[in-house]
Amino acid sequence: MKHTEFDAVVIGGGASGLSAAAEMSRGGASVAVVEREETLGGILNQCIHNGFGLHQYNEELTGPEYAERCIRDLDGLSVKVFTGMTVTLMETEEGTQLLYGFSRESGMVRFRCRAIVLAMGCRERNRGNLGTPGTRPSGIFTAGLAQRLVNIDGMVPGRECVIVGSGDIGLIMARRMTWIGARVRGVIEIQPYPAGITRNIVQCLRDFDIPLYLSHSITRIYGKDRISGVDVAPVRNAGGEASGAFHIPCDTLLLSVGLVPENEISRKAGVRLHPETGGPVVDARYMTSVTGIFACGNVLHVHDLVDYASEEARHCGQAVLDYLSGVSAGEQLRVGAGRNVKYVVPGRFALTGKNRFYLRSMITGTGARLCVRLGGIEVLRRKLPYVQPSEMISFDLAADEDAISSRFTTGGDETDLEVSLEIPEKEGA
Amino acid sequence: MKKDLICISCPIGCRLTVEGENPEKISVSGNRCPRGEIYGREEALAPSRMVTATVAIESEKLARLPVKTDRPIGREHIPSLLNQLYALELVPPVYCGDIILDDFAESGVRILATRTIEA
Repeated sequence: MKHTEFDAVVIGGGASGLSAAAEMSRGGASVAVVEREETLGGILNQCIHNGFGLHQYNEELTGPEYAERCIRDLDGLSVKVFTGMTVTLMETEEGTQLLYGFSRESGMVRFRCRAIVLAMGCRERNRGNLGTPGTRPSGIFTAGLAQRLVNIDGMVPGRECVIVGSGDIGLIMARRMTWIGARVRGVIEIQPYPAGITRNIVQCLRDFDIPLYLSHSITRIYGKDRISGVDVAPVRNAGGEASGAFHIPCDTLLLSVGLVPENEISRKAGVRLHPETGGPVVDARYMTSVTGIFACGNVLHVHDLVDYASEEARHCGQAVLDYLSGVSAGEQLRVGAGRNVKYVVPGRFALTGKNRFYLRSMITGTGARLCVRLGGIEVLRRKLPYVQPSEMISFDLAADEDAISSRFTTGGDETDLEVSLEIPEKEGA
Repeated sequence: MKKDLICISCPIGCRLTVEGENPEKISVSGNRCPRGEIYGREEALAPSRMVTATVAIESEKLARLPVKTDRPIGREHIPSLLNQLYALELVPPVYCGDIILDDFAESGVRILATRTIEA
Protein backbone atom coordinates (compact mmCIF):
# COMPACT_ATOMS: atom_id res chain seq x y z
CA MET A 1 0.00 0.00 0.00
CA LYS A 2 1.25 3.46 -0.89
CA HIS A 3 1.26 6.22 1.71
CA THR A 4 0.89 9.87 0.99
CA GLU A 5 0.25 13.08 2.95
CA PHE A 6 -1.66 16.28 2.30
CA ASP A 7 -3.10 19.09 4.36
CA ALA A 8 -6.53 18.33 2.92
CA VAL A 9 -8.07 15.63 0.73
CA VAL A 10 -11.28 16.29 -1.20
CA ILE A 11 -13.51 13.34 -2.05
CA GLY A 12 -15.23 14.04 -5.36
CA GLY A 13 -14.01 15.92 -8.44
CA GLY A 14 -17.26 17.61 -9.46
CA ALA A 15 -18.12 21.29 -9.23
CA SER A 16 -18.06 21.40 -5.41
CA GLY A 17 -14.93 19.34 -4.91
CA LEU A 18 -12.98 21.32 -7.49
CA SER A 19 -14.12 24.69 -6.13
CA ALA A 20 -13.21 23.71 -2.57
CA ALA A 21 -9.83 22.34 -3.72
CA ALA A 22 -8.98 25.48 -5.70
CA GLU A 23 -9.89 27.69 -2.75
CA MET A 24 -7.73 25.72 -0.33
CA SER A 25 -4.81 25.52 -2.74
CA ARG A 26 -4.91 29.27 -3.36
CA GLY A 27 -4.76 29.67 0.39
CA GLY A 28 -1.50 27.74 0.51
CA ALA A 29 -2.68 24.28 1.61
CA SER A 30 -1.43 21.10 -0.06
CA VAL A 31 -4.53 19.48 -1.55
CA ALA A 32 -5.51 16.24 -3.27
CA VAL A 33 -8.77 15.49 -5.10
CA VAL A 34 -9.91 11.89 -5.35
CA GLU A 35 -12.41 11.17 -8.13
CA ARG A 36 -14.08 7.84 -8.91
CA GLU A 37 -14.57 8.52 -12.63
CA GLU A 38 -11.74 8.68 -15.17
CA THR A 39 -12.37 12.38 -15.78
CA LEU A 40 -13.04 15.36 -13.54
CA GLY A 41 -16.26 17.35 -13.71
CA GLY A 42 -18.72 14.97 -12.12
CA ILE A 43 -22.33 14.89 -13.24
CA LEU A 44 -21.89 18.18 -15.13
CA ASN A 45 -20.29 16.20 -17.96
CA GLN A 46 -23.54 14.44 -18.76
CA CYS A 47 -25.72 17.54 -18.37
CA ILE A 48 -25.17 18.80 -21.91
CA HIS A 49 -28.10 21.24 -21.75
CA ASN A 50 -27.50 24.90 -20.99
CA GLY A 51 -28.52 27.05 -18.05
CA PHE A 52 -25.45 26.66 -15.85
CA GLY A 53 -23.22 29.43 -14.60
CA LEU A 54 -25.54 32.44 -14.71
CA HIS A 55 -24.55 33.43 -11.16
CA GLN A 56 -20.90 32.35 -11.23
CA TYR A 57 -19.85 33.45 -14.70
CA ASN A 58 -22.68 35.77 -15.83
CA GLU A 59 -23.33 33.67 -18.90
CA GLU A 60 -25.33 30.65 -19.77
CA LEU A 61 -23.10 27.60 -20.07
CA THR A 62 -23.73 23.91 -20.66
CA GLY A 63 -22.72 21.40 -17.99
CA PRO A 64 -19.49 20.31 -19.73
CA GLU A 65 -18.51 23.96 -20.28
CA TYR A 66 -19.06 24.73 -16.60
CA ALA A 67 -17.00 21.66 -15.69
CA GLU A 68 -14.21 22.78 -17.97
CA ARG A 69 -14.13 26.19 -16.25
CA CYS A 70 -13.87 24.49 -12.87
CA ILE A 71 -11.03 22.29 -14.12
CA ARG A 72 -9.25 25.26 -15.70
CA ASP A 73 -9.50 27.09 -12.38
CA LEU A 74 -6.95 24.57 -11.09
CA ASP A 75 -4.34 25.70 -13.65
CA GLY A 76 -1.32 27.12 -11.89
CA LEU A 77 -2.33 25.55 -8.59
CA SER A 78 -0.64 22.46 -7.25
CA VAL A 79 -3.73 20.35 -6.62
CA LYS A 80 -2.91 16.67 -6.98
CA VAL A 81 -5.68 14.80 -8.79
CA PHE A 82 -6.34 11.06 -8.48
CA THR A 83 -8.91 9.96 -11.07
CA GLY A 84 -10.38 6.50 -11.39
CA MET A 85 -9.95 6.16 -7.65
CA THR A 86 -12.64 4.90 -5.28
CA VAL A 87 -12.54 5.83 -1.60
CA THR A 88 -13.58 2.96 0.64
CA LEU A 89 -12.92 4.13 4.16
CA MET A 90 -12.19 7.14 6.36
CA GLU A 91 -10.76 6.93 9.86
CA THR A 92 -9.69 9.42 12.48
CA GLU A 93 -6.45 8.71 14.33
CA GLU A 94 -5.23 11.05 17.04
CA GLY A 95 -6.30 14.24 15.37
CA THR A 96 -5.34 13.26 11.84
CA GLN A 97 -7.54 11.76 9.17
CA LEU A 98 -6.81 8.57 7.30
CA LEU A 99 -8.46 7.88 4.00
CA TYR A 100 -8.12 4.74 1.89
CA GLY A 101 -8.64 4.64 -1.86
CA PHE A 102 -7.76 2.33 -4.72
CA SER A 103 -7.39 2.71 -8.45
CA ARG A 104 -6.12 0.67 -11.36
CA GLU A 105 -3.23 3.08 -11.77
CA SER A 106 -2.11 3.52 -8.17
CA GLY A 107 -3.39 0.40 -6.44
CA MET A 108 -4.23 0.85 -2.77
CA VAL A 109 -3.35 4.29 -1.40
CA ARG A 110 -3.51 5.56 2.17
CA PHE A 111 -3.86 9.33 2.51
CA ARG A 112 -2.93 10.96 5.78
CA CYS A 113 -4.30 14.47 6.13
CA ARG A 114 -5.56 17.00 8.63
CA ALA A 115 -8.85 17.75 6.89
CA ILE A 116 -11.20 15.87 4.58
CA VAL A 117 -13.77 17.62 2.44
CA LEU A 118 -16.77 15.47 1.49
CA ALA A 119 -17.95 16.46 -1.99
CA MET A 120 -19.37 13.21 -3.33
CA GLY A 121 -22.64 14.65 -4.62
CA CYS A 122 -25.90 12.78 -4.53
CA ARG A 123 -27.57 9.80 -6.10
CA GLU A 124 -30.97 9.15 -7.56
CA ARG A 125 -33.86 7.44 -5.86
CA ASN A 126 -34.69 4.31 -7.85
CA ARG A 127 -37.47 1.80 -8.34
CA GLY A 128 -36.69 0.15 -5.02
CA ASN A 129 -37.46 3.43 -3.29
CA LEU A 130 -40.87 3.65 -4.99
CA GLY A 131 -42.14 0.16 -4.25
CA THR A 132 -44.29 0.00 -7.39
CA PRO A 133 -45.83 -3.48 -7.82
CA GLY A 134 -45.37 -5.52 -10.98
CA THR A 135 -42.74 -7.55 -12.77
CA ARG A 136 -39.03 -6.75 -12.84
CA PRO A 137 -38.25 -6.34 -16.53
CA SER A 138 -35.36 -4.47 -18.13
CA GLY A 139 -35.95 -0.99 -19.53
CA ILE A 140 -36.35 0.81 -16.20
CA PHE A 141 -33.75 3.53 -15.66
CA THR A 142 -33.27 6.50 -13.43
CA ALA A 143 -33.39 9.67 -15.53
CA GLY A 144 -29.76 10.47 -14.76
CA LEU A 145 -28.55 7.03 -15.83
CA ALA A 146 -30.46 7.40 -19.10
CA GLN A 147 -28.84 10.83 -19.48
CA ARG A 148 -25.42 9.30 -19.09
CA LEU A 149 -26.19 6.52 -21.58
CA VAL A 150 -27.40 9.01 -24.18
CA ASN A 151 -24.95 11.88 -23.70
CA ILE A 152 -21.71 10.12 -22.77
CA ASP A 153 -21.98 6.55 -24.03
CA GLY A 154 -24.05 7.38 -27.13
CA MET A 155 -26.71 4.73 -26.55
CA VAL A 156 -30.46 4.93 -27.08
CA PRO A 157 -32.21 3.56 -23.98
CA GLY A 158 -35.58 2.99 -25.70
CA ARG A 159 -38.19 4.12 -28.21
CA GLU A 160 -41.47 4.48 -26.32
CA CYS A 161 -40.94 6.14 -23.03
CA VAL A 162 -42.87 7.00 -19.85
CA ILE A 163 -41.32 9.28 -17.24
CA VAL A 164 -42.21 9.11 -13.55
CA GLY A 165 -41.71 12.37 -11.66
CA SER A 166 -41.56 15.88 -13.07
CA GLY A 167 -38.19 16.82 -11.58
CA ASP A 168 -35.89 18.85 -13.80
CA ILE A 169 -33.75 15.88 -14.80
CA GLY A 170 -36.84 13.98 -15.92
CA LEU A 171 -38.14 16.96 -17.89
CA ILE A 172 -34.81 17.54 -19.59
CA MET A 173 -34.66 13.87 -20.49
CA ALA A 174 -38.16 14.13 -22.01
CA ARG A 175 -36.74 16.65 -24.49
CA ARG A 176 -33.52 14.74 -25.00
CA MET A 177 -35.32 11.47 -25.69
CA THR A 178 -37.57 13.26 -28.17
CA TRP A 179 -34.53 14.79 -29.88
CA ILE A 180 -32.89 11.37 -30.31
CA GLY A 181 -36.02 10.05 -31.97
CA ALA A 182 -37.89 8.38 -29.12
CA ARG A 183 -41.49 9.11 -28.21
CA VAL A 184 -42.30 10.26 -24.70
CA ARG A 185 -45.86 9.20 -23.95
CA GLY A 186 -46.30 11.06 -20.72
CA VAL A 187 -44.85 12.39 -17.49
CA ILE A 188 -46.53 11.14 -14.31
CA GLU A 189 -46.35 13.42 -11.25
CA ILE A 190 -47.84 12.37 -7.91
CA GLN A 191 -48.11 15.93 -6.58
CA PRO A 192 -50.75 18.39 -7.81
CA TYR A 193 -48.01 20.72 -9.14
CA PRO A 194 -44.87 20.11 -11.23
CA ALA A 195 -41.65 19.42 -9.34
CA GLY A 196 -39.44 21.06 -11.98
CA ILE A 197 -39.06 24.69 -12.96
CA THR A 198 -41.54 26.34 -15.34
CA ARG A 199 -38.99 26.85 -18.08
CA ASN A 200 -38.48 23.10 -18.31
CA ILE A 201 -42.23 22.40 -18.29
CA VAL A 202 -42.57 24.78 -21.23
CA GLN A 203 -39.47 23.93 -23.25
CA CYS A 204 -39.26 20.20 -22.55
CA LEU A 205 -42.92 19.13 -22.44
CA ARG A 206 -45.19 21.73 -24.04
CA ASP A 207 -42.90 22.14 -27.05
CA PHE A 208 -43.43 18.48 -27.89
CA ASP A 209 -47.04 18.12 -26.68
CA ILE A 210 -45.96 15.62 -24.04
CA PRO A 211 -48.83 15.11 -21.58
CA LEU A 212 -48.16 15.88 -17.91
CA TYR A 213 -50.42 13.93 -15.53
CA LEU A 214 -50.47 15.80 -12.22
CA SER A 215 -51.85 14.03 -9.12
CA HIS A 216 -51.23 10.68 -10.82
CA SER A 217 -48.96 7.78 -10.03
CA ILE A 218 -47.99 4.52 -11.68
CA THR A 219 -49.66 1.59 -9.98
CA ARG A 220 -48.23 -1.40 -11.86
CA ILE A 221 -45.34 -2.31 -14.14
CA TYR A 222 -45.83 -4.93 -16.88
CA GLY A 223 -43.43 -6.92 -19.05
CA LYS A 224 -41.52 -10.19 -19.05
CA ASP A 225 -38.01 -9.52 -20.36
CA ARG A 226 -38.50 -5.89 -21.34
CA ILE A 227 -41.05 -3.52 -19.86
CA SER A 228 -44.24 -3.49 -21.96
CA GLY A 229 -46.34 -0.88 -20.17
CA VAL A 230 -47.50 0.76 -16.97
CA ASP A 231 -50.83 1.39 -15.28
CA VAL A 232 -51.44 5.00 -14.28
CA ALA A 233 -54.09 6.10 -11.80
CA PRO A 234 -55.17 9.42 -10.34
CA VAL A 235 -54.27 9.97 -6.71
CA ARG A 236 -57.34 10.29 -4.52
CA ASN A 237 -57.83 11.04 -0.88
CA ALA A 238 -58.31 8.03 1.35
CA GLY A 239 -61.73 6.50 0.74
CA GLY A 240 -62.13 8.23 -2.62
CA GLU A 241 -62.70 6.03 -5.61
CA ALA A 242 -59.68 5.69 -7.88
CA SER A 243 -61.48 5.85 -11.18
CA GLY A 244 -59.88 7.15 -14.33
CA ALA A 245 -57.00 4.68 -14.31
CA PHE A 246 -55.43 3.92 -17.69
CA HIS A 247 -52.64 1.91 -19.27
CA ILE A 248 -49.69 3.27 -21.27
CA PRO A 249 -47.72 0.83 -23.42
CA CYS A 250 -43.97 1.59 -23.35
CA ASP A 251 -40.57 -0.08 -23.67
CA THR A 252 -38.78 2.33 -21.33
CA LEU A 253 -39.53 3.84 -17.95
CA LEU A 254 -37.44 6.74 -16.65
CA LEU A 255 -37.57 7.64 -12.97
CA SER A 256 -37.00 11.21 -11.85
CA VAL A 257 -38.15 10.87 -8.28
CA GLY A 258 -35.63 12.74 -6.20
CA LEU A 259 -32.00 12.87 -5.19
CA VAL A 260 -30.37 11.76 -1.96
CA PRO A 261 -26.93 12.89 -0.73
CA GLU A 262 -24.38 10.10 -1.11
CA ASN A 263 -23.17 9.48 2.43
CA GLU A 264 -22.24 5.80 2.64
CA ILE A 265 -18.63 6.42 3.61
CA SER A 266 -19.49 9.44 5.76
CA ARG A 267 -21.86 7.30 7.82
CA LYS A 268 -19.17 4.66 8.30
CA ALA A 269 -16.82 7.35 9.59
CA GLY A 270 -19.38 8.35 12.22
CA VAL A 271 -20.59 11.56 10.56
CA ARG A 272 -24.01 12.51 11.91
CA LEU A 273 -26.67 12.99 9.22
CA HIS A 274 -29.57 15.45 9.12
CA PRO A 275 -33.04 13.88 8.85
CA GLU A 276 -34.35 16.51 6.40
CA THR A 277 -31.40 17.06 4.08
CA GLY A 278 -29.99 13.52 4.15
CA GLY A 279 -26.56 15.17 4.30
CA PRO A 280 -24.25 15.71 7.27
CA VAL A 281 -25.14 18.13 10.05
CA VAL A 282 -22.57 20.93 9.73
CA ASP A 283 -21.64 23.93 11.83
CA ALA A 284 -21.07 27.47 10.61
CA ARG A 285 -17.74 26.46 9.06
CA TYR A 286 -19.13 23.41 7.25
CA MET A 287 -17.53 20.98 9.70
CA THR A 288 -19.46 17.77 10.32
CA SER A 289 -19.86 16.09 13.70
CA VAL A 290 -16.39 14.55 13.18
CA THR A 291 -13.60 17.06 13.84
CA GLY A 292 -11.60 17.64 10.65
CA ILE A 293 -14.25 16.30 8.25
CA PHE A 294 -16.07 18.98 6.24
CA ALA A 295 -18.85 18.79 3.65
CA CYS A 296 -20.18 20.91 0.79
CA GLY A 297 -22.24 20.67 -2.37
CA ASN A 298 -24.86 18.04 -3.09
CA VAL A 299 -23.49 15.65 -0.50
CA LEU A 300 -24.47 18.24 2.11
CA HIS A 301 -27.91 19.06 0.68
CA VAL A 302 -29.25 18.81 -2.84
CA HIS A 303 -28.86 22.13 -4.66
CA ASP A 304 -30.86 23.15 -7.70
CA LEU A 305 -28.14 25.33 -9.21
CA VAL A 306 -24.50 24.29 -9.54
CA ASP A 307 -23.64 27.95 -9.01
CA TYR A 308 -24.79 27.70 -5.40
CA ALA A 309 -22.84 24.47 -4.91
CA SER A 310 -19.64 26.14 -6.14
CA GLU A 311 -20.21 29.16 -3.93
CA GLU A 312 -20.85 27.00 -0.87
CA ALA A 313 -17.74 24.94 -1.66
CA ARG A 314 -15.58 28.09 -1.67
CA HIS A 315 -16.91 29.05 1.77
CA CYS A 316 -16.15 25.52 2.90
CA GLY A 317 -12.61 25.76 1.46
CA GLN A 318 -12.06 29.02 3.34
CA ALA A 319 -13.30 27.43 6.55
CA VAL A 320 -10.89 24.52 6.10
CA LEU A 321 -8.02 26.99 5.68
CA ASP A 322 -9.00 28.63 8.98
CA TYR A 323 -9.16 25.23 10.62
CA LEU A 324 -5.73 24.25 9.24
CA SER A 325 -4.19 27.44 10.52
CA GLY A 326 -5.68 26.88 13.96
CA VAL A 327 -8.24 29.68 13.91
CA SER A 328 -10.96 28.80 16.37
CA ALA A 329 -14.55 28.69 15.19
CA GLY A 330 -15.64 30.70 18.21
CA GLU A 331 -19.08 30.73 19.71
CA GLN A 332 -21.95 29.63 17.50
CA LEU A 333 -25.72 29.79 17.71
CA ARG A 334 -28.03 27.02 16.60
CA VAL A 335 -30.10 27.71 13.51
CA GLY A 336 -33.44 25.98 13.08
CA ALA A 337 -36.14 25.70 10.44
CA GLY A 338 -39.32 27.47 11.48
CA ARG A 339 -42.69 27.77 9.80
CA ASN A 340 -42.85 26.71 6.11
CA VAL A 341 -39.11 25.99 5.97
CA LYS A 342 -37.92 22.44 5.28
CA TYR A 343 -34.34 22.99 6.37
CA VAL A 344 -31.59 25.57 6.77
CA VAL A 345 -27.91 24.88 5.98
CA PRO A 346 -25.53 25.35 7.72
CA GLY A 347 -27.12 24.60 11.05
CA ARG A 348 -24.97 27.03 13.05
CA PHE A 349 -24.38 30.78 13.08
CA ALA A 350 -20.89 32.09 13.78
CA LEU A 351 -20.66 35.17 15.95
CA THR A 352 -18.02 36.67 13.71
CA GLY A 353 -18.27 37.85 10.14
CA LYS A 354 -20.91 37.23 7.52
CA ASN A 355 -22.93 34.04 7.54
CA ARG A 356 -24.60 32.77 4.38
CA PHE A 357 -27.53 30.38 4.69
CA TYR A 358 -29.37 28.19 2.20
CA LEU A 359 -32.92 27.06 2.79
CA ARG A 360 -35.77 25.28 1.12
CA SER A 361 -39.37 26.42 1.22
CA MET A 362 -42.29 24.09 1.87
CA ILE A 363 -44.77 26.48 0.27
CA THR A 364 -45.43 27.95 -3.15
CA GLY A 365 -46.53 31.52 -3.68
CA THR A 366 -45.86 35.18 -4.35
CA GLY A 367 -45.07 37.88 -1.81
CA ALA A 368 -43.57 35.69 0.90
CA ARG A 369 -41.51 37.16 3.73
CA LEU A 370 -38.36 35.61 5.06
CA CYS A 371 -38.11 36.16 8.82
CA VAL A 372 -35.20 35.36 11.10
CA ARG A 373 -35.86 35.49 14.82
CA LEU A 374 -33.42 35.31 17.68
CA GLY A 375 -35.12 34.28 20.88
CA GLY A 376 -38.45 35.38 19.38
CA ILE A 377 -37.21 38.81 18.31
CA GLU A 378 -37.02 39.53 14.61
CA VAL A 379 -33.47 40.25 13.46
CA LEU A 380 -33.98 40.03 9.71
CA ARG A 381 -36.97 40.39 7.44
CA ARG A 382 -36.86 40.24 3.72
CA LYS A 383 -39.48 40.20 0.96
CA LEU A 384 -39.24 37.40 -1.58
CA PRO A 385 -41.10 37.90 -4.84
CA TYR A 386 -41.78 34.20 -5.30
CA VAL A 387 -41.06 30.99 -3.39
CA GLN A 388 -41.46 27.33 -4.31
CA PRO A 389 -39.95 24.12 -2.91
CA SER A 390 -37.77 23.48 -5.98
CA GLU A 391 -36.03 26.88 -5.85
CA MET A 392 -33.43 27.20 -3.12
CA ILE A 393 -33.34 30.48 -1.19
CA SER A 394 -30.17 32.01 0.20
CA PHE A 395 -29.59 34.95 2.51
CA ASP A 396 -26.78 36.60 4.44
CA LEU A 397 -26.80 37.52 8.08
CA ALA A 398 -23.90 39.40 9.60
CA ALA A 399 -22.89 38.78 13.20
CA ASP A 400 -22.58 42.52 13.84
CA GLU A 401 -26.24 43.26 13.01
CA ASP A 402 -27.43 45.50 15.83
CA ALA A 403 -30.34 43.25 16.68
CA ILE A 404 -28.00 40.31 17.18
CA SER A 405 -25.18 41.99 19.06
CA SER A 406 -27.57 43.89 21.36
CA ARG A 407 -29.33 40.65 22.11
CA PHE A 408 -26.07 39.36 23.46
CA THR A 409 -25.11 42.34 25.48
CA THR A 410 -28.52 42.18 27.16
CA GLY A 411 -27.85 38.55 27.97
CA GLY A 412 -30.92 36.85 26.51
CA ASP A 413 -31.41 33.21 27.47
CA GLU A 414 -32.57 31.87 24.17
CA THR A 415 -29.79 31.60 21.69
CA ASP A 416 -31.48 29.87 18.78
CA LEU A 417 -32.02 31.54 15.45
CA GLU A 418 -35.23 30.50 13.77
CA VAL A 419 -35.81 30.98 10.05
CA SER A 420 -39.37 31.02 8.76
CA LEU A 421 -41.34 31.95 5.65
CA GLU A 422 -44.60 33.77 5.97
CA ILE A 423 -47.17 34.61 3.35
CA PRO A 424 -49.36 37.53 4.42
CA GLU A 425 -53.10 36.87 4.30
CA LYS A 426 -54.58 38.46 1.22
CA GLU A 427 -57.21 41.07 1.93
CA GLY A 428 -60.72 39.85 1.29
CA ALA A 429 -59.50 36.32 0.71
CA MET B 1 -55.73 33.88 -33.16
CA LYS B 2 -55.37 33.39 -29.43
CA LYS B 3 -52.54 31.56 -27.69
CA ASP B 4 -52.15 30.59 -24.06
CA LEU B 5 -48.55 30.59 -22.87
CA ILE B 6 -46.65 30.28 -19.61
CA CYS B 7 -44.03 32.98 -19.26
CA ILE B 8 -40.56 31.62 -18.47
CA SER B 9 -38.79 34.93 -17.83
CA CYS B 10 -38.83 34.24 -14.09
CA PRO B 11 -40.06 31.52 -11.72
CA ILE B 12 -43.49 33.06 -11.16
CA GLY B 13 -44.68 31.67 -14.50
CA CYS B 14 -47.48 34.09 -15.41
CA ARG B 15 -50.21 32.66 -17.63
CA LEU B 16 -50.16 34.80 -20.75
CA THR B 17 -52.80 35.25 -23.39
CA VAL B 18 -51.42 36.45 -26.71
CA GLU B 19 -53.84 37.69 -29.36
CA GLY B 20 -53.37 38.80 -32.96
CA GLU B 21 -50.90 37.82 -35.65
CA ASN B 22 -49.89 41.14 -37.10
CA PRO B 23 -46.60 42.06 -35.38
CA GLU B 24 -47.83 45.62 -34.85
CA LYS B 25 -51.12 44.62 -33.30
CA ILE B 26 -50.17 41.80 -30.96
CA SER B 27 -51.61 42.07 -27.47
CA VAL B 28 -50.24 40.25 -24.45
CA SER B 29 -52.24 39.98 -21.24
CA GLY B 30 -51.81 38.15 -17.94
CA ASN B 31 -48.22 39.33 -17.45
CA ARG B 32 -47.20 40.95 -14.18
CA CYS B 33 -44.13 42.67 -15.61
CA PRO B 34 -42.82 44.04 -18.93
CA ARG B 35 -40.63 41.01 -19.50
CA GLY B 36 -43.80 38.95 -19.89
CA GLU B 37 -44.91 41.10 -22.80
CA ILE B 38 -41.57 40.70 -24.58
CA TYR B 39 -41.61 36.96 -24.04
CA GLY B 40 -45.22 36.65 -25.21
CA ARG B 41 -44.55 38.57 -28.43
CA GLU B 42 -41.42 36.62 -29.30
CA GLU B 43 -43.03 33.32 -28.52
CA ALA B 44 -46.06 34.13 -30.67
CA LEU B 45 -44.14 35.54 -33.63
CA ALA B 46 -40.93 33.52 -33.86
CA PRO B 47 -40.40 30.93 -31.14
CA SER B 48 -36.73 29.99 -30.94
CA ARG B 49 -34.73 27.62 -28.78
CA MET B 50 -31.17 26.85 -27.84
CA VAL B 51 -30.31 23.36 -29.04
CA THR B 52 -27.84 21.12 -27.25
CA ALA B 53 -27.02 17.67 -28.57
CA THR B 54 -24.12 15.29 -29.06
CA VAL B 55 -22.08 14.27 -32.10
CA ALA B 56 -20.25 10.99 -32.67
CA ILE B 57 -16.49 11.19 -32.15
CA GLU B 58 -13.82 8.58 -32.78
CA SER B 59 -12.12 8.62 -29.43
CA GLU B 60 -11.11 5.96 -26.98
CA LYS B 61 -12.07 8.21 -24.10
CA LEU B 62 -15.58 9.25 -25.10
CA ALA B 63 -18.24 8.16 -27.58
CA ARG B 64 -19.99 11.52 -27.94
CA LEU B 65 -18.95 15.14 -28.11
CA PRO B 66 -21.49 17.56 -26.60
CA VAL B 67 -22.37 20.56 -28.81
CA LYS B 68 -24.67 23.59 -28.72
CA THR B 69 -26.03 26.31 -30.98
CA ASP B 70 -24.35 29.66 -30.38
CA ARG B 71 -27.77 31.32 -30.17
CA PRO B 72 -31.42 30.25 -30.18
CA ILE B 73 -32.71 29.00 -33.53
CA GLY B 74 -36.25 28.89 -34.91
CA ARG B 75 -38.12 25.88 -33.59
CA GLU B 76 -38.99 24.74 -37.10
CA HIS B 77 -35.29 24.25 -37.95
CA ILE B 78 -34.52 21.93 -35.04
CA PRO B 79 -35.32 18.54 -36.67
CA SER B 80 -33.13 19.20 -39.71
CA LEU B 81 -30.31 20.53 -37.50
CA LEU B 82 -30.41 17.38 -35.37
CA ASN B 83 -30.34 15.19 -38.49
CA GLN B 84 -27.25 16.99 -39.72
CA LEU B 85 -25.53 16.67 -36.35
CA TYR B 86 -26.33 12.99 -36.01
CA ALA B 87 -24.78 12.32 -39.44
CA LEU B 88 -21.40 13.76 -38.40
CA GLU B 89 -18.43 11.79 -37.13
CA LEU B 90 -15.56 13.84 -35.74
CA VAL B 91 -11.95 13.04 -35.02
CA PRO B 92 -10.14 14.44 -31.98
CA PRO B 93 -8.65 16.72 -30.92
CA VAL B 94 -11.67 18.95 -30.49
CA TYR B 95 -11.55 21.93 -28.14
CA CYS B 96 -14.38 23.50 -26.20
CA GLY B 97 -15.65 26.39 -28.35
CA ASP B 98 -14.54 24.90 -31.70
CA ILE B 99 -16.97 25.46 -34.56
CA ILE B 100 -18.49 22.13 -35.57
CA LEU B 101 -20.92 23.53 -38.16
CA ASP B 102 -20.74 27.08 -39.49
CA ASP B 103 -23.76 28.97 -40.77
CA PHE B 104 -26.37 26.24 -40.37
CA ALA B 105 -28.89 26.38 -43.25
CA GLU B 106 -27.66 29.90 -44.09
CA SER B 107 -29.08 31.18 -40.82
CA GLY B 108 -25.76 32.41 -39.49
CA VAL B 109 -26.08 30.03 -36.53
CA ARG B 110 -22.95 28.18 -35.52
CA ILE B 111 -22.71 24.86 -33.73
CA LEU B 112 -19.97 24.83 -31.09
CA ALA B 113 -18.24 22.02 -29.22
CA THR B 114 -18.89 22.28 -25.48
CA ARG B 115 -16.15 19.95 -24.31
CA THR B 116 -12.49 19.38 -25.04
CA ILE B 117 -11.53 15.91 -26.22
CA GLU B 118 -7.79 15.54 -26.65
CA ALA B 119 -6.29 13.31 -29.31
